Formats: sequence, C-alpha cells, structure tokens
Amino acid sequence: MNDYTVLAKGIALAGCAIGSGLALIAGIGPGIGEGNAVARACEAIGRQPECKSDVTSTLILGVALAETTGIYGFVTGLLLIFFAPGQFMKFLG
Amino acid sequence: MEMSINGAKILATFENVPILGTVHVTQTLVVSWLVMIIISALCVWLGSNLKVTNISRKQAAAESIYKALVNFVHDRMGTEFDRYIPLVGTIFITSLVSNLISLLGIWSPSADLMTELGWALVVFVIITYHKIKASGIGGYLKGFLDPIFVMAPINVMAELFTPISMACRHFGNILSGTVISALVYGSLTAASYALFGALGSSPIAAVVLALIGAAMIFFGKKKGNKKLFIFGIVFAVLGVLGFLTSFGGVFAKFPWLTVGLPAITSFYFDWFTGCIQAFIFCTLTTMFIKQAAG
Repeated sequence: MNDYTVLAKGIALAGCAIGSGLALIAGIGPGIGEGNAVARACEAIGRQPECKSDVTSTLILGVALAETTGIYGFVTGLLLIFFAPGQFMKFLG
Repeated sequence: MEMSINGAKILATFENVPILGTVHVTQTLVVSWLVMIIISALCVWLGSNLKVTNISRKQAAAESIYKALVNFVHDRMGTEFDRYIPLVGTIFITSLVSNLISLLGIWSPSADLMTELGWALVVFVIITYHKIKASGIGGYLKGFLDPIFVMAPINVMAELFTPISMACRHFGNILSGTVISALVYGSLTAASYALFGALGSSPIAAVVLALIGAAMIFFGKKKGNKKLFIFGIVFAVLGVLGFLTSFGGVFAKFPWLTVGLPAITSFYFDWFTGCIQAFIFCTLTTMFIKQAAG
C-alpha cells in the first residue's frame, strides 16, 4: 500500500463522514413543516374543540407524510456511515 | 462497542435453476413466507365457522375488521372501487405483520427495499391501467406532453417516481427504526457493563446502595411520597444487581440495562411507525388509484 492509496482512502473516509453530516441537514425541512402543521392543528382545535379527533388523525397522517424527506436524509447518512466506506475500501484495494 | 448493520442475509443459493439462473434464498424471502403463512392461518381461523345469527366473539371481531376496511376504502374512493377492497386490505395487513414481526427478534421483510418495491409496483400497474382506461392509450401518452412537449422528461420522471417514493418512504421509516433500535441496544449494553463493572468491583458500595434504596422505599411508603418510593426501588435494584455482579460468572456477563428499557424506544419506532406506515401506504394507494381513474 503506497502513500497515494492511503491518501485516497483518507479522502474517501473523510468524504463519507462529512457527507453523512450534511445529509442530516435534511432534518430542517420536516422540522419546520411539522411545527407549522402542529401549530395550525392547535389553532383548529382551539377554534372547534369538537373536531379534535378528526384534526388529530389528519395531523398524524400529515406529519408522518412530511417526515419522509427527513427520513430520506437519515437513510442517506446511515448508508454513508455503514455502507459507503466498505465499498470505497474495496474499490481502492 | 462492536456492532454492524447488514442487509438481509443470504441463507441458501441455488445455481443453474432453469429460466431464473442463480437464485438466492434470503432472510427476506423466508420471513415473507412466514408472514404469508401467519396471515393465511389468521384468515382461515377468523373466516371459519361463520353463522348468520347468534354469532361468536371471533366472528364479531372478523366482521368489525372487515367493516373498518370497507369504510376506509369507501371514505377515500367512493363505492365504485369495491373490487380493490381486498387489495388494500392485503397490503395493509401484510405491511402491518411484516413491520411488527421485528418485535419477535426476527428480520423484518419490510427492512428490505425490494419488498416495498414489489408492493409499489403492483400499485403502479393498477394506476397505469386506470389512467389508460380513463383516457385511452393515446390520451395517456399525450398526458406526458402536458402542458408543452418540453416537459415530457419531467413528466416521465414524475410518473416513475410515484412507486419509488412510496417504497422509499415505507422502507426508510422501518430501516431507521431498526437501526436506532440496534444503536440503543448496543449503547445500553456498553452502559450496563460500565455501571455494573464499577458497582461489582466494590461489593460494599453496592450493599450500601441497596440499603439506601430500602430505606427510601420504607420512608417513601410511610409518608406516601411516590417519588421517594420509585427512586428507592431503582436504587435497591441497582444495589442488589451490583452485589450479584461482584460474584462474577453469569451475573457479570449479563447486560442488565437491556432488560425492558429498549421497549420505550421500541414503542415509537416499532409500534407507532409500523402501524402508521402501513396506514399511509394504503391511504396513498387509494388516493393514487382514485386520482388515476379521474
């Protein structure tokens, strides 16, 4: 193993680590979105307390849908930590 | 702390199968069949011995499940799509059992993208069928050129991404639950060894801790102070376990903190996510089919 291979492996590992950190930026979107959704749901319940069960079930469905993009980021981060380094190591020998 | 996260393990490989070539039998395949057998057995059990009058409890349960399913489909698609009731119900129960089977410590088939992709492709075929039926094959192809022909690649992408996003949503949620459970379990094991290693190396400290706990339980009960009582139980259990650990052997090797505590995260990541994702997959299925039929 020569110096360049070591360097390449180091760069690959660093890239995986930085990338997985960046992937979690995806968590911002769903955080803001779900916060908005919950705020509006609270307003709706405050206005019409008798609709509480309807609003709550719709809210849970909507929030679980909105969470998806955050989950994509999380899965990407996981793949970069647990899967990508092995592939790079195999590729670089 | 040593841990690894794998995909489905390959249990057996058959070479040179006619037509198919090399066939891998993975955990996903085996557990999927297990899920199918469980559901079939449940259906046969619930569907057997039906009566018109004087129904049993079992039949009442079966009827209420079926009624909930029919209401679900009618609420979202109206009454003209009754032939998709079995499909929606099958997807829901398959998804639910696949998600919850991980509670038994078995590999969950829905932690493999291919399972969800299979379900999503079935839905995709139905959607396409309804789109073609609604506007003819010419109208269907023309729909891709809407609003102007330059948009065609984007429209094709949007069409293809419907099943992919459905599959990835379900897969991502289940996978993240599996991974977080593994992380929680691993870190609790490490914390358990650190804590009871420290307590086990000084039996006197452990005994003192147990005595303090016993005193707290005693005074907590006497004065009716619930907080004191609960902390007393925690201290006493820690002390007794620490004292047992000092003897070494099996007691020292057992990760005590992993008993019961992972159930707290499991409640959200296995129960809640498992149920809600099955529900969302079915809701999207009904919505897309309804939309496609126009």
